[in-house]
Amino acid sequence: MTEPIVNDLTIQAATVNGSGSQTANLVLTRAIFHMGIPVAPKNVFPSNIEGLPTWYQLRITPEGHMARSDKVDVLVAFNVATWRQDLTTVRGGGVVIHEEAFSTAEARTDVTYYAVPFSKLAKAKIQSDTLRKQLANMIYVGVVAGVLGIPWEALEHGVRRQFLAKPKAVPINLDAIKVGYDYWQDNFSKHDPYRLEAMTGRVEGKVLVEGNQAAALGALMGGASVVAWYPITPSSSLCEYFIAYSDRFRVDPKTGEKLVSVVQAEDELAAVGMAIGAGWAGARAFTSTSGPGISLMAEFSGLAYYAEVPVVIFDIQRIGPSTGLPTRTSQADIGFVYTLSHGDTKHIVLLPGTVEECYEFARDAFDYADRFQTPIFVLSDLDLGMNLWMTPEFKYPEKPFDRGKVLSKDDLEKVAGEWARYRDVDKDGVTYRTLPGTDHPAAGYFTRGSGHDENARYTEGADAYANNMDRLVRKLETARHALPAPVIDEAGSSVGLIAFGSTHAAVVEARETLVSAGKAIDYLRVRALPLSDDVAAFVERHERVYVAEQNRDGQLFDIVRLALPPALVDRVRSIRHYNGQPIPAAAIIEPLMDREAVPA
Amino acid sequence: MSATVNHVGLPRDAYKGAATTLCAGCGHNSITNHMIKALYELGVEPHLLAKMSGIGCSSKTPAYFVETAHGFNGVHGRMPALTTGAHLANRQLIMLGVSGDGDTASIGLGQFMHLIRRNVDCTYIIEDNGTYGLTKGQFSATADLGSMQKKGAVNTFQPIDPCAVALALGCSFVARSFSGDGKQVVPLIKAAIAHRGTAILDIVSPCVTFNDHDGSTKSYSWVKDHEESIADVSFIPFFEEVHVDYEPGTVRDVLLHDGSHIVLKKLGEDHDPTNRQAAIRVIEEARAEGHLVTGLLYVDTAMADFASTEEIPQRPLKDLGEDELRLSREQFAQFMSEFA
Repeated sequence: MTEPIVNDLTIQAATVNGSGSQTANLVLTRAIFHMGIPVAPKNVFPSNIEGLPTWYQLRITPEGHMARSDKVDVLVAFNVATWRQDLTTVRGGGVVIHEEAFSTAEARTDVTYYAVPFSKLAKAKIQSDTLRKQLANMIYVGVVAGVLGIPWEALEHGVRRQFLAKPKAVPINLDAIKVGYDYWQDNFSKHDPYRLEAMTGRVEGKVLVEGNQAAALGALMGGASVVAWYPITPSSSLCEYFIAYSDRFRVDPKTGEKLVSVVQAEDELAAVGMAIGAGWAGARAFTSTSGPGISLMAEFSGLAYYAEVPVVIFDIQRIGPSTGLPTRTSQADIGFVYTLSHGDTKHIVLLPGTVEECYEFARDAFDYADRFQTPIFVLSDLDLGMNLWMTPEFKYPEKPFDRGKVLSKDDLEKVAGEWARYRDVDKDGVTYRTLPGTDHPAAGYFTRGSGHDENARYTEGADAYANNMDRLVRKLETARHALPAPVIDEAGSSVGLIAFGSTHAAVVEARETLVSAGKAIDYLRVRALPLSDDVAAFVERHERVYVAEQNRDGQLFDIVRLALPPALVDRVRSIRHYNGQPIPAAAIIEPLMDREAVPA
Repeated sequence: MSATVNHVGLPRDAYKGAATTLCAGCGHNSITNHMIKALYELGVEPHLLAKMSGIGCSSKTPAYFVETAHGFNGVHGRMPALTTGAHLANRQLIMLGVSGDGDTASIGLGQFMHLIRRNVDCTYIIEDNGTYGLTKGQFSATADLGSMQKKGAVNTFQPIDPCAVALALGCSFVARSFSGDGKQVVPLIKAAIAHRGTAILDIVSPCVTFNDHDGSTKSYSWVKDHEESIADVSFIPFFEEVHVDYEPGTVRDVLLHDGSHIVLKKLGEDHDPTNRQAAIRVIEEARAEGHLVTGLLYVDTAMADFASTEEIPQRPLKDLGEDELRLSREQFAQFMSEFA
């Protein structure tokens, strides 16, 4: 037997969606995480309720790499429909755990097969007819545990953790796992190099959180009190988590009343409209959507930009155009969202690159919205939003809410009612507003999406229009300096890399690999639009800068080049990945090395 | 000199707005005046009023009354969404929406219906002239089959009747009136505001420039000739005593949540405004006979409004601070530990 490979492998479970396989995958994930081993799960699922193929990739590395791997070490083949295709994804020397009934005749001979009669075992050993299909998946957890050496105690933890809210389900699931575990012990001896061993120092203080969970918690901590949404994958879970957390934490202990209102709207137009109405009236409000919904929100986004109404809009990106691949990931909305709506419109866009930032940016988005009285877009994606990510525990906010420039009744009395809604008193482009309900005769004003003067009165005046549009530029410029700055990791290389969002995980891994190959690359991660001046300065310090992103057209690449002085534009190159699968490190390393081999 | 004031101490002038920019003689201007009268007499506090609208001639009018109140002229057909959101942020506000027939029955039909479905506490006035005025006279979806444009084009489609749609959806307050009938419009506006829930008030309001000719069924002369009121409406606000000096059996009295009364005096056939089937029948009969039936068609004072169904507090959500909106440090630490 070859050298053992410890804690460095990728498991891929190929199953059928709607069969309960996801629960089994999560139990396995939690059990391994409990051993102190870093895990990075990716769920590749169809836009379907039941019966289509689905894959769950569980990447395990001692370093804690979180990007998708494009190599499979251990395949769990549970789906006859994709069995032959799945087999081709396994690396030479890998392991294939498969349903015994699947033929290996004329199949690959460079892998180790463990044929398990899953169906027969399920029939014979699982008594419950109603639960048999679901519990059958648990049998493979037991087999994988046997193959890789996951201790029983870790499996018990995984099941308990997974069924936190349903402790009754624990024994029956453990029994099913035991079936596989015993079958392995009784029938196989180990013929492959892969094993898992408990480790320390890597996952302590870390938790497993989905980006949408993190964003929901962020919105809760950011004080969102009116939420309107329309179901759409991959954004729905954000609002569903928000609802669940609200049910737990947002009930007035004295009266039982809800300290939040969440509306499932009739469509995305209404969803964003309700959030804008609430923002106008002074509540912290958000909506959450994905590509098709963002398209529908364009008109209202322009209204909120022009009439200057705070609102937070989450876009959990999926791949387009149109319906696209509803359950596959992408970063292709960045260009559209940045200038969403007709006319000269430009938005503040926050770009979380980790689940911790999903939490922090979601929370802080409400401060930015109130401070700058404009829509704040938070651009996440399916990979970040719907997969579990290992993360340090989130920090409790130390700052109170920043409600921005709002004039109260007392404020108005102090200035004897002398104020104008759109007058740039502080010369920062950010003007004062009042909220409906403010008991002062000068408080009221008429908000409109049509041309308006400083007093919010209708005008078609040329100067009034142009002056107001120029002020909006000033406001965005003020905001630009207040937004999350790029994260720069630099060690004097002549080559730089720029990325945003979930591409971060692949960049981290690519840079480590490149360093070991003697090619250090500096890195700037963009965290907000409009771009910080740091971006141009970073390009200036490097001879060649690659912008890596998950879209076809190099949208951030374009945004970066537009922000550069002409002399620097040619330094920037584009690396693009757009097949709906989360970007692996190789998709950065290979094109970068190819192009570095022949510098232009 | 002491001006006459209402029960919150404000003179009628406090309810005026900017000068109208609509055409002289536009029905909408009459409605604006009815609005001023109704709001003044009701004693609505201007700072608690939120004037909402979409796009179109009708949607401009919130600028023409109660200038000191907040207003929001949003995007076309989407007044209901803005209204719903603002209402949830602050239940203390009196939400008064003004829309038109294009804004309601075409581009905004979906939001109109879903607002009713949720029974959001607001007043929704449709200034209904059957035509697109701002874009110069195209038919709207409320134009009657066979009605004519100024230059003779004939409408070939069935109209969408906002009241019939509202009734079909179980709307908790449905009324129709005519801009020229202030005696009816004013008490209906008051009743709509006092009602807790979505109150739909469809007011036929002739467009003098594009739809006031022979062949139109939304012209002053057509409506005057064809209006049939189902009952005389009067409104007695909660702060006034009820004096009923009608003959027994000639009036119906509807008590609203805030203690106000709608008093309906029978005209001809007795209509029970709490009977939805009867209201639908009245509309259908009027349509068959070529009349415009006006008055309070239907009211349901028992239906829970949206914010009550959602169990949100009376105090405005917008006023909640960190202490109530954020998890405590201990809750947060406990919650984070559950992700381990």
